Formats: sequence, C-alpha cells, structure tokens
Amino acid sequence: MIEHSLQAIARALANREISSVELTQHYLDRIDRHNPRLNAYLSVDAASSLAQASAADAQLAKGEGGPLTGIPIAHKDIFCAKGWLTTCGSRMLSNFVSPYDAAVISRFKAAGAVMLGKTNMDEFAMGSSNETSFFGPVNNPWDTSRVPGGSSGGSAAAVAARLTPAATGTDTGGSIRQPAALCNLTGLKPTYGVVSRYGMIAFASSLDQAGPLGRSAADCATLLNVMAGFDERDSTSLDRTPEDYSRELAVTTNAKPLAGLRIGLPEQFFGEGCSPEVMQLVESAITEYRKLGAETVTISLPSMTLSVAAYYVIAPAEASSNLARFDGVRYGYRAPEYQDLNELYCRSRAQGFGAEVKRRILIGTYVLSHGYYDAYYLQAQRIRRLIANDFTRAFQQCDVIVGPTSPSTAFKLGEKASDPVQMYLSDIYTIAVNLAGLPGISIPCGFAGGLPAGLQLIGDYFTEARLLNVAHRYQQANPWHLQRPTGFDD
Amino acid sequence: MSLTLEQVHRVAHLARIEISDAEARSTLGHLNEIFTLIEEMQAVDTQGVEPMAHAQDVAQRLRPDRISETNPVEQRAAFQAIAPETEAGLYLVPKVIE
Repeated sequence: MIEHSLQAIARALANREISSVELTQHYLDRIDRHNPRLNAYLSVDAASSLAQASAADAQLAKGEGGPLTGIPIAHKDIFCAKGWLTTCGSRMLSNFVSPYDAAVISRFKAAGAVMLGKTNMDEFAMGSSNETSFFGPVNNPWDTSRVPGGSSGGSAAAVAARLTPAATGTDTGGSIRQPAALCNLTGLKPTYGVVSRYGMIAFASSLDQAGPLGRSAADCATLLNVMAGFDERDSTSLDRTPEDYSRELAVTTNAKPLAGLRIGLPEQFFGEGCSPEVMQLVESAITEYRKLGAETVTISLPSMTLSVAAYYVIAPAEASSNLARFDGVRYGYRAPEYQDLNELYCRSRAQGFGAEVKRRILIGTYVLSHGYYDAYYLQAQRIRRLIANDFTRAFQQCDVIVGPTSPSTAFKLGEKASDPVQMYLSDIYTIAVNLAGLPGISIPCGFAGGLPAGLQLIGDYFTEARLLNVAHRYQQANPWHLQRPTGFDD
Repeated sequence: MSLTLEQVHRVAHLARIEISDAEARSTLGHLNEIFTLIEEMQAVDTQGVEPMAHAQDVAQRLRPDRISETNPVEQRAAFQAIAPETEAGLYLVPKVIE
C-alpha cells in the first residue's frame, strides 16, 4: 500500500479492500519504527488519528466521502490544528495547543483526510536544512548523515521514507521545492494567494504560500484541489473560480504529449553556482523534454542575481513585524524570571527564539529603522519589481521556465549550520519565484552519488494545472520519482 | 557598510530581545557578512521603479467591523486557557504604572 498513488489508495478504500483504520494503523506503526532515526514527526496522536479513520470508514461504508476520505496526511507544524500542539519548530510555541484550525487543516478535514501527525521544520520556517528546529534536526532518509532540506524538512523526510502518503508544506523562499529536491519528491509552491494563509503561522506574509509535498505530480494535483480556494479570513486570498488542477493529466497515447510547449532556459540558471553533477542531471532532463515534444529557448532573467539580497531584506523585515506578537503575555513561552514588563518581553524573546530567528529579527528591525528604510527596504521592493518584470518578459517567449531547484544534492548535517550566508545561497534558484509570486514545482530528475536531485519548473501566474501536466509527462517517461530510500521497507 | 556593537545593542533593544555582550559580538560578525550580501543591491539604479509590496498588485479587501465569532465567551476561555497567566478574564503582567 505504501507505493499506491493517492488515487489508488482512494479506490482501495472505496472498494473496501482496506479500511482507513487499517491504513492509518499501518502508517502509525511505520512512524513508531522509523521516526526515531529521522525525527520527522513532532506530534503523533494515534487515538485522534484512529478516531478520524473510524469516522471515515463509517462514511465510506455508506458510499459517501470526498477525494481524500480515509487517507492519512501529515501536516507541517506551522499549521494551527485545534487540540494539537503547534510549535512551528520553536521553543516559543513549545507549549502552544492551538484553539483553532488553519484553513488548510479545515479543508483537509472537509475532504475526509485523516490527520496523521505534525512534522518537524526549521524554526518559524527560517532555514534550508531543518537544523534550526528547537526539537533537533531531521535526517534525510536517503543518507541519515545529511539534511533533508528545509524548512519543510520533516514533511519531506516523512513522505520520502513512506511514513505518510503525502504532506503539506509552506514555501517562503524555497521551503517546499528545496526539500522536495533533496528527498526525491514532487513539491509545488502555488501562485501567491491561491491557498489561504489563515492559521498558518506567519513568517514573511507577502511571500508565504502553502503547498503539497507528494510522491508524484498527479498526487500533488489531487492535494492542491483540496488546498486551493478563496478564504475571506486571509486578506491576500484571491477570489477566483475554482479549477480542477488534475484536468490535464488524462492518459494519452501521443508519443510527444508536450509538442508545442516552449521551455525557457534562463542563462542565470546555467552559469556558475550549480554543482556539475546536478547540472548534468538537469541537462539530461531537458533532453528528455525535447523527446516529449517540447522546444527550448534561451531566455534571460538579469535581475534574478539580486534575488537573495532583496529577499534577505524583505523577508526579515516582514518577520520582525510578524514575530513581534510573541511577547510572553497571551500565549507561548514566558521566561521564568523578570522584574518588570520590559524584562518579561526581552527575556521571553531571548530564551524563546533560537539564533537564526533572532538574527533575522535583528536584520528586519535594522532595515526598517529610521534612516535606513529607503536604502534597504524600499530599494529591495524596487528590485522585487525588476525581478517580477523579468519573468513577465520571459513568459512572452516561453510557457515554462526550467532549471535546477537546488545548487547541490543534500549536504551533511552541520556543514553549513555555522555559516548563515552559505546556507542562504542554498535557495539561489527558488527565491526569485517567491518574490514574483509565481507558481513553481520541483520534480525528481535523477541521482548523483546515490543522492536525489531536483528539476525546477516555473510557470506564469495561475498556470499550476499546466505545470503539473508538464511535470506529469516527464514522470510518465522518466520514473525517478518512484525510487525510494532503502532501510524503510518493514 | 559595517555595523557597530552599539548598533547591535540598539537594534536588539528595539526588537525587545535581551542580548549579552558576548552574543552581540558573535551576532555582529554574522550580521556584517549578511549585509555584505545585501549591499549588492546598492549598485542597481532603481530610479522610477515602483516598489512592489505584494505579488499580486491587488488592493486589500475591506470588511465591516463586526464580531464574526459565534461564541465569543467560549472563545475567550479557550484562548486564555493557553496564556501564561490570567485572572478574571484578564492577562496578567508585572505592574506597569505605580
């Protein structure tokens, strides 16, 4: 069952070949056995999951149910879930049991999914290796001495080791796509505004977007169908006509299913900065795309080289404002000793936040402070516009942009942990997509030294269905995504 | 550009994060490396470029200012149950005004 697609699991459940309780128990057993080696899950509540499974079985017995009824799904611990510990990977929220559900959680509940647990993550989603979590790093199932990527590292490791059929993540600068690349998964960051941010703990509100981490593009389409939708409680949620993101995935006998597709290859993605072994796999994937009928055209995104600089002004600025709410008064961690209110704030925040979070709050506070706002924050926002304009121009020449997701395969735990700038450069290919607000997907494109590499596909606004199709056609012909790490069979 | 130790202390104060001298010193090194990266932006001429605050340039929706929760009393109890210290429906903090 752990190799079944979401559609196949749904069929097996509907035909009563397996019950949701059996399926959920199977995954709970796998988590018990394998999670200690990975640290992918932060909370598991077997009684709650099995009760949900039992309710799903009752629905299925009546022939009712939604697309995910009875299917276990793991959620990144950034989504508030009523009655569940919701830590965001931080000591600050280590005691926070959410009194309400995030929109994403509500939508999965409405679709009948069983909540399997909450997954580990970089603290407040700030990191590219999952090493900033207060609850310890996550190990990559492909090589447990290496990182799974971040910030959605727990979700990625859990899906890769088949400790859940699929998981949710969030992506502010690459936090779905980069761990997907490092763990041989398919991970989609939708267009900004497509998935509601309500109840998703905020990092950088103008960049944060939730999306699925799954084993295939087809699974991600099924998940996005559940996740996407207008929500008046999120002021940046977009009110659009609902669409079926799997509508282009139908079986075809056409040997060139992507005939007419124009793939843009930005020269900035194919210069220095990427490891030769990853680049070789990306080049092979492009050759495969030509076989599927696509044409390629060289394009340029000249301002993209400034994306990391602009991002490390904008994201910390927004984070410093968003994280001001953690004050030790209304919820979360409070320091044990203080003399007055100011000391209560300063100590609760000093003890509740880890080093990387504090660093980013300090950067953000500085760039927003009097006298520096124009030089940093405003300049970064202008560069953001230049980056978005580059993409707009590029999409007049091509339908999809292709390149590497991450400049390297999974690196060793500890390798970049003490060098923030090196860590930030892990996201050189993903950050521009968030700044522009575009959809992007990472798909497995082969292995180097036994470690998976990811191919990134970027689309114009609201072209998720096409992106998923372009990913799906590659996966039909090149099933790298079906490979899974050894040592997790039982 | 490079920051001074005094600026690190000042920013930490503004952000309400207690910081020791030793921490401020190690933070200073990291912040200066990060600002070296950020400074790449300064070489770009952005005169006349409209700053971009949001990915979709749509105006924020307005909504009527009304209570949307259906059971505010229960909600208050649920939200206060997770607070460090409350009394009679109020959040407790050290005395602010003598």
